[in-house]
Amino acid sequence: MSERDYQVVVIGGGPGGYVAAVRCAELGLKTACVEKRKTMGGTCLNVGCIPSKALLYGSEVYTLVKEQNTSAQPDFIKLMENKEGAVHTLVTSVSTLLKKHHIDQIEGMAAFEDPNTLSITLPDGSKKTITSDNFIIATGSEPVALPFAPFDEETIVSSTGALALKKIPESLVVIGGGIIGVEIASVYSRLGSKVTVVEMLDHICPGVEPYAARTLLQILKKQGLEFFLGAKVTGTKKANGKQDVTFEYEGKPQTVAGDVVLVCVGRKPYTQGLQLDRAGVELDTKGRIIVDGALKTKQSHIFAIGDVIDGPGLAHRASEEGIAVAESIVGQRKVVNMLTIPSVIYTYPEVASVGMTDQDAKAKGLEVISGQVSMRGNPRARCTGELEGFVKVVGDKKTGRLIGLHIVSAHASELIAIGAIAIAAKLTVDQVAETPFAHPTYSEAVKEAALLALGKAIHA
Amino acid sequence: MKAEVKVPRMGESISEAVVGTILKASGSTVKADEEIIELETDKVNQVVYAPAAGVLTLTVKEGDKVPVDSLLGYVDSDGGAAAPAPQAKPAKEEAKQPTSEDILEKDERQETKPSPKAEVAEPKKEKPSTPKTEGASIRFSETDFLNELQKGPQEETKAAPKTAKIEKPQQAESKPSSDRETRRRMPTIRKAIAKRLVEAQHEAAMLTTFNEVDMSAIIDLRTQYQEAFQKKYGVKLGFMSFFVEATVSALKAFPLFNSYLDDEDIVQRQYYDLGIAVSTDKGLLVPVLRDCDKLTMSDIEKKLEEYAKKAREGKIALEELQGGGFTITNGGVFGSLLSTPIINPPQCGILGMHKIQKRAVVLDDQIVIRPMMYLALSYDHRIVDGKEAVSFLVHIKNMLESPPRILLEV
Repeated sequence: MSERDYQVVVIGGGPGGYVAAVRCAELGLKTACVEKRKTMGGTCLNVGCIPSKALLYGSEVYTLVKEQNTSAQPDFIKLMENKEGAVHTLVTSVSTLLKKHHIDQIEGMAAFEDPNTLSITLPDGSKKTITSDNFIIATGSEPVALPFAPFDEETIVSSTGALALKKIPESLVVIGGGIIGVEIASVYSRLGSKVTVVEMLDHICPGVEPYAARTLLQILKKQGLEFFLGAKVTGTKKANGKQDVTFEYEGKPQTVAGDVVLVCVGRKPYTQGLQLDRAGVELDTKGRIIVDGALKTKQSHIFAIGDVIDGPGLAHRASEEGIAVAESIVGQRKVVNMLTIPSVIYTYPEVASVGMTDQDAKAKGLEVISGQVSMRGNPRARCTGELEGFVKVVGDKKTGRLIGLHIVSAHASELIAIGAIAIAAKLTVDQVAETPFAHPTYSEAVKEAALLALGKAIHA
Repeated sequence: MKAEVKVPRMGESISEAVVGTILKASGSTVKADEEIIELETDKVNQVVYAPAAGVLTLTVKEGDKVPVDSLLGYVDSDGGAAAPAPQAKPAKEEAKQPTSEDILEKDERQETKPSPKAEVAEPKKEKPSTPKTEGASIRFSETDFLNELQKGPQEETKAAPKTAKIEKPQQAESKPSSDRETRRRMPTIRKAIAKRLVEAQHEAAMLTTFNEVDMSAIIDLRTQYQEAFQKKYGVKLGFMSFFVEATVSALKAFPLFNSYLDDEDIVQRQYYDLGIAVSTDKGLLVPVLRDCDKLTMSDIEKKLEEYAKKAREGKIALEELQGGGFTITNGGVFGSLLSTPIINPPQCGILGMHKIQKRAVVLDDQIVIRPMMYLALSYDHRIVDGKEAVSFLVHIKNMLESPPRILLEV
């Protein structure tokens, strides 16, 4: 046995860190988890995925009610209470989970003293020093601010502030049309705000299957959101009790005013105060911790996972990496196939993708088969009226394997699991097409798209 | 007139075979029904016969994978010229690129094998052969994914280099230089045997108990009734039928030996199907005697003779090899005095017979000469305990030493 305090110390209690800690404990390692927040769960549970989904759901229900009863008014306070309820329950249960596994939870800011020692500044300002054989850095990321528009979290807000506004703003300007931007824009647009999205690129949601992104853009415009694409924001200033955002659009300067301005132009790795130099851990030029294929830093006993390293900033990616690293510490082996990590935009309809797009695959020299079916042809969608969107299946012609699934549809976030399973299990498009799907369901569209890719669609 | 030579259907679960030995070279003249090619599968070997007399053209070579019903070549009964080359290509391609249906069927076959663990582990195996250490890569990037796709279906990649390999030693053999070793491909049937035996060693908690049996009563009985038996039934009265009867009786007394593990369930067979190991020049085969509890000794002897003949001719059907509940193996025919047989999973036990040898034994405080045989019972300790195993073997011993017990079922 080691003479150090722990076998593993996980820095960060988000979906990467707490999951890694639990798996370490399950494998019999003496584990601690250091978290700077009062609550476990990280960005995801406290100020990210979970609260935004609560608001997205509540605002969607309101939209449905409003369609039936035009005089309906949103109860924003209740909506926020619901959100906080969900967050509170989840973060508490994470803490309980860690307790159950006898993981020491230490609240405070961690800093390396040397490669095996961590000095933790506790909430009361005192310091606690712990030593460990292994470390897993899972400190995540934080929103990037624009130099001319620092966050005050009241009028100029990050996603964190946007999910905790005191009231529904009359007007909201969203700088950055990425996934976070369109989700929060959707929430306030549904609740009655006038929402303007200003995006530097000529399309929204970079990284998403291009046709899916275009489809979503059209749908969001129909829902009343205003978009300025290819627009470069040049500054913001206070005027008439509002915040003016100026940008160049089609060669001309333009201004929109918002009660609130949401800046969501990206997230950057969070390594502040860690004193990584003392541990011998190096960063790349973008501030990400450098790791090898085994997710080891320059120190072979210090690992890093999730948003703090290279890769898509997704909670479930971090969790998978956390499990894999925990298992590798005890000599077990698990591979995280980046192609099986689904990505979801929780707008209405939802957009979900996993694996490769048609374009990617072709660019990489693969011969591609693909099938795309519209949700308009889906009997279940016909019953519910949720007709917007499509399902696209991408396959590799040589092996017949399914290599990508791209969906714009109600419930796309649930449907995408089919694609993740197919890619992880190396299923062929044939095998998916031959699987019986319940009728009538949205998921039948996946089967139909697979059949279409094989040239044997029944309904298309 | 050209008659096509095709891969015959060899049983429901067999979708493809490997061209084993080419018995008649392309271009040679063959008679109708002459043996042309021997195909190997993981269950049986199958000879393909000439459909007509004429000049044979083959479109496959040894080591090729060939799906059922695909073309192997044809026989030109007009005694025509040699093969037009292009014919060869499509057949080869067909052989090398199994359709996704083939892949599926292969997977299904694997599924029926009793090793769910192995399957779960499979995806991991596939990564590059980095040793299983802490440093092994966790991240499977898009580049890794693309490389995997480039490699194509797994079976194919494994098969391709292999076919390439066999050609080499053949060339090497042709020049008898300083080669001090030769190399040949493991026949499919050998591979299947190897896989099952290793599986058995890994899966089961196997151990062996021994006993010995005085064979004099059975030998006397055989001597006394051999002639009458042969006259009536047309087969010799061997030792095996006694062992089958004794084993069925023991299985009835200790039913756990006729059960198998399915995950966490113990499945009890209510029938008595015994596998009888038969050695052939291709390797070990274990044809199954069905419903042994309902067979008379003459039935058993007849069936055994039929199996032995079929096995030696390589004509045993797949169905005849499947589903045994317990196995008897006789190493004695080769002179083995004592051995520890390996159980045939998912079976729970195997009885090993050995050579009958006259030995000095003590009976009623007298040293006497008796024809003795050692018996070995290997069993899966996960299902049965030592007490039952020993009692099972003693039960068999008692039956054999006093054959009237077989008649009276006591």
